[in-house]
Amino acid sequence: MKIKTVTTIAVILGASFTLAACNMKSTSEAPNPYGKEVRSGYSYATPETQAMQDDDFSNPGMPLVDTAAGMWNKPAGEAKKSCADCHGAVDDAKGGPVGIPMKGVSAKYPAYDEATQKPMNLELRIMKCQTENQKAEAFKYDSKPLVGMTGLVAMQSRGMPRVSTADDPNDKLHAAWKAGEEFYYQRRGQLDLACKHCHEDNAGNIIRAELLSQGQSNGFPTYRLKWQGMGSLHKRLGGCNKEIRAEPYKSGSDEYVNLETYLAWRGRGLVMEGPSVRK
Amino acid sequence: MANQPRVKLPKTAKSGELVQVKTLASHDMETGNRKDKEGKAIPRLILKKFSCTLGGAEIFGADMHPAVSANPYITFYIKAEKSGSYVFTWTDDNGEVTTVSQDMAVS
Amino acid sequence: MSKSTHQMVQMDRRQALKVAGAGVLAMGFATAAHATPEDAAMAISKLGGSAKADSAKITIDLPEIAENGATVPVNVTVDSPMTAADHVKHIHVFAEGNPSPEVISFNLTPSTGKADVGTRMRLGKTQNVVVAAVMSDGSVHVNKKEVKVTIGGCGG
Repeated sequence: MKIKTVTTIAVILGASFTLAACNMKSTSEAPNPYGKEVRSGYSYATPETQAMQDDDFSNPGMPLVDTAAGMWNKPAGEAKKSCADCHGAVDDAKGGPVGIPMKGVSAKYPAYDEATQKPMNLELRIMKCQTENQKAEAFKYDSKPLVGMTGLVAMQSRGMPRVSTADDPNDKLHAAWKAGEEFYYQRRGQLDLACKHCHEDNAGNIIRAELLSQGQSNGFPTYRLKWQGMGSLHKRLGGCNKEIRAEPYKSGSDEYVNLETYLAWRGRGLVMEGPSVRK
Repeated sequence: MANQPRVKLPKTAKSGELVQVKTLASHDMETGNRKDKEGKAIPRLILKKFSCTLGGAEIFGADMHPAVSANPYITFYIKAEKSGSYVFTWTDDNGEVTTVSQDMAVS
Repeated sequence: MSKSTHQMVQMDRRQALKVAGAGVLAMGFATAAHATPEDAAMAISKLGGSAKADSAKITIDLPEIAENGATVPVNVTVDSPMTAADHVKHIHVFAEGNPSPEVISFNLTPSTGKADVGTRMRLGKTQNVVVAAVMSDGSVHVNKKEVKVTIGGCGG
């Protein structure tokens, strides 16, 4: 009887080691680390919080998006150009004179920026547009206008599945994806925890009073009940890092953009929800 | 208010119909109980009054306290009796008023 | 002020620590001052009329456990024909355990048509939410519901 128990434990241990090994695999054929069960944070939320997101008249982040929609048409900067001058209406399927529609953008971001040879997320892309094309001063990262504008652009991809092929070594984002993966599995902070300890190993479990989610990024920017405001993915990542008593990186830092690139890949197939509502 | 409030009111309604109104304002609702990074008290600044009027007569109103969450959301019903411009106003501690008007045709 | 400083100098270290400790305790108490069920009851007694407790006329829709105390959705319905002769005039919402009990007061008229109102509120801890409805005849109906508020979740 005793021997049997020991064997069982050994088998379980062996199996979990094999699983762990599988999870670390990173070829383009590699299954998603969650297998088939990729879950949006929405599915972990209470019915009350879900209801807030389901109706845009009840989503408290939406007034910021309305303001951004007004800014979309307003000329700005020395170039006196508006977003609409280049891209047309924000929901224009053709994407205005430059032919770059906003629909689908957030589902495939971060994208590779040839100029810096680095990935660029939606926020950084908007800021770049402001400085280079409008010749204006860019909004500050995590400022209300930038969060609102990110929300407006993200909204155009609602319902579309997240795409990423950054695990492919030929993908230009691969190096960033790799760095992001390393970050994800790296223990850090006084609590010595990696992202994976909560969001891969224990998603669905409760830590004190907190139900852990997979830590997916498909809902950002998100209105957080705790913040009582809408915020970026990087603001959330900073909060996560503080929570495990690690020094947070700056919003917009290479570290977080790399992690964002990797998180997008982990969440591929998930339907885009931004601006969402979370606890 | 820097960001305009949202109001959901149907454009048309049948006479006597009960319609639900949803309003969402954009405001920090600073309680006056918090301190900034230097330890100085952040003064209270909240939206304290909300009202919905038609032709100057109040149909519905609310008096808010600091315990109302940031970005105040208020839902209520009105009985569709008269067509007209329904006026929604929010008044803050300093007396600053934000107004949104929406027409509803009652048949 | 100078007198107490003088006294402090004469104290030994242990005494000084005791005093300091008491001071901190008193300060902590002051900043963490919360309303009590009595405060809420007092506010309700000021509404006039004799309040009918556990009124079946009032339905309070609240989550059993709030996902976050900063934004707790609440919906209140009061059983009333909402006619000129018989309607709800005010619906007051109180939080027994907040720094001050008042949350929001809704003012209704016969044109409101239906006494069904909602908002979102801040709750500092697990507590009762008390709702008082003032009717057009001056009667006051009261009901309450407990909400569990968990603190110490993941931050940021």
